Amino acid sequence: MNQQLNEAPQGWVQHTAAPRTAVPNHAPTLSVKGLTISYQAKRGAVQAVRNVSFEVQRGEALALIGESGSGKTTMGLGMVRLLPSTATVSQGQLLYSRHNAGNGSVTGGAGEIDVLQLKGRDLRQFRWKECAMVFQAALNAFNPVLRISDQFGDTARAHGYLQGKDLAERARQLFELVRLDSERVWRAYPHELSGGMRQRVLIALGLLLEPQLLILDEPTTALDILTQRNIMDVLKELRQRLDFSLIFISHDLSLAAELADRVATMYAGKLVELSDVYTTFKNPVHPYTIGLINAVPTLTAHKDHVASIPGSPPDLIDLPEGCKFHPRCPLATERCREEEPELVPSTDDTHWVACWNWESARAQLNAGQKGASA
Amino acid sequence: MTALIRLEHVTRRFQVKRRPGTPGVLGTPSVPFIKAVDDVSLEIQEGEILCVVGESGCGKTTTGKMIAGLLKPSQGKIFYQGEDITTLKDESWKRYRLGVQMIHQDPYASLNPTHSVYRTLAAPLKRHWPVGSESAIRSRARELLEMVDLTPASDFLDKYPHQLSGGQRQRVAVARSLTVNPSFIVADEAVSMVDVSIRISLLNTLLRLKKEMGLAVLFITHDLALAKYFAWEGRIGVMYLGRLVELAPARQLVEAPQHPYTKVLLSAIPEADPDVTRTKEHIQLRSMDVPSLLRLPSGCAFHPRCPFFEGGDCETVVPQLTSFRDGGAEYSGAEGLGTAYSSAVACHPAQRRRQAGLVNETAAEAD
Repeated sequence: MNQQLNEAPQGWVQHTAAPRTAVPNHAPTLSVKGLTISYQAKRGAVQAVRNVSFEVQRGEALALIGESGSGKTTMGLGMVRLLPSTATVSQGQLLYSRHNAGNGSVTGGAGEIDVLQLKGRDLRQFRWKECAMVFQAALNAFNPVLRISDQFGDTARAHGYLQGKDLAERARQLFELVRLDSERVWRAYPHELSGGMRQRVLIALGLLLEPQLLILDEPTTALDILTQRNIMDVLKELRQRLDFSLIFISHDLSLAAELADRVATMYAGKLVELSDVYTTFKNPVHPYTIGLINAVPTLTAHKDHVASIPGSPPDLIDLPEGCKFHPRCPLATERCREEEPELVPSTDDTHWVACWNWESARAQLNAGQKGASA
Repeated sequence: MTALIRLEHVTRRFQVKRRPGTPGVLGTPSVPFIKAVDDVSLEIQEGEILCVVGESGCGKTTTGKMIAGLLKPSQGKIFYQGEDITTLKDESWKRYRLGVQMIHQDPYASLNPTHSVYRTLAAPLKRHWPVGSESAIRSRARELLEMVDLTPASDFLDKYPHQLSGGQRQRVAVARSLTVNPSFIVADEAVSMVDVSIRISLLNTLLRLKKEMGLAVLFITHDLALAKYFAWEGRIGVMYLGRLVELAPARQLVEAPQHPYTKVLLSAIPEADPDVTRTKEHIQLRSMDVPSLLRLPSGCAFHPRCPFFEGGDCETVVPQLTSFRDGGAEYSGAEGLGTAYSSAVACHPAQRRRQAGLVNETAAEAD
């Protein structure tokens, strides 16, 4: 333990006061345990994230999907500790593991920290160097009066990273990875770039310090279709060429189908289903996930196979008793109205679901839909 | 049959602010302007659904606003029930403005936050519905809320916009547009601010109203899958840099696209099925840069990016939207458009192939 501390190459490890344990190499990059976040509002507490647990493995891409108000952005902000002051994290742990950065050093800095315990300098170092976040509105994320080169310079300086020509060279490599013309972008101001270019600059900037975890909040929302395709292709290629884990937050199911290894579905602040991407789309068992997939028209779907979920998302201040989805669920029973199901393994330990009726949900819903369209 | 709405070679220019220091201050004839909509001709029949899709800046919203009478065309004419709208006066002008209603994208901005739902609906009723008595107006407002599936209506009448969800607000906006018994609705990205799980129910409400009241709908969206769903029985028009480049029955457009731009769009859209979307072939553009409307490429505006670029007239001649019926028969200009089952495309190579009859089979399959 001590030896690890002394040999840790990065300053942040020595400064941290968080509990740390040596972990085997296959420890997940991030392990969220029982995270609960609420906002204080006039009418009462907004329960944005309720007892959420999941893990992100090294190199994995996890999609957090859900409607607006399901708590997915709050989750993202919570993971980099950027919640507004009205938010309270009342429970939970965010355990982050640093892998050896592929340089052959066995002991260098591998260990586990609780992100929620980080303070001051350690927290600042954690952000960006370990875990970077790319926010939804790509224009607002830049300082409008600074050239892109200066935005990179600021970040590099704050983290004691490369400067001058070395930084420019590193940026050039990153721009190449995200398919940008570095000559044009490096000296440009944010307003001179299109939405898709700004989004790609932000992704490059997020990857500047080689973080192990990149969080993208709605990376393709508000972009045109052809630009979306470009961003998706860039992200796919980056994942092949660099070693980092990816969490992306989106309401766009097709983006998850395209990019994710695993999909976590959120509803009313809670994870209701978690499985690998093929299972989520081919064999979902939570009525909400099934409903959400059926509610999105696709180019190939027949009109009659598209159906809306009845009702509307719940008020997060005044949540219903029992399962939060029961007022909209066609399969709700007495038990659903009284007792909230926890996220537990279903068919096997890679497919988790929070529903009392998951075993019969799919068959029942499919039968119901056929009956309705007949 | 007289079309409900008919656009003849409609163009809309916007003047662009000259930056200080750029040449041409004195005596130069060229005031910089962009053509947001360029030479668009189309017809919409009573009770028909037309979806207009395209990327931001393609002129789809401008087209919608001109049809709703909120913007005047710079060139070309718009006819409402056979009458040129610029010649309409007084009563006939009023009939047109009431007949064509618009639903805006953002229900958080389009409803007055200080007006209750009742007041929002009562204002146009009082102005345009010659019954008058407060109780009659109240019961009509209740009926309208029921028509847009806000039930029980009495729960909603006295609510204010901030007490409603996004989907409910948009339903109020739909109810408001129905107060004056329109025959045509322009819905500009009307569901893009609404949660994904309830978009379809809002669209279904619009489809039911279309059926029950014989409404025609111009639905403007950037989502081709949504357009296919909504315009299942109608048509989709694709716009690129101000021009209509393809216009065809919805399913035919999605299943057998003719214009290279439509093909590229369709190939780029991810599908909510990992097997399908990860094996889908994406057509690569020759360039990712969208040309500026200030400096449009010569000939076909898509040619610098077009993956099926053939040179020649692609670079020199602007392709006209030309419609075909079976067998490659051709008619050009506004006359042929709007006919229920014709498809039209503005692309030289596609037109050559159509004329050679090479694509008859695919078109037949799509039907």
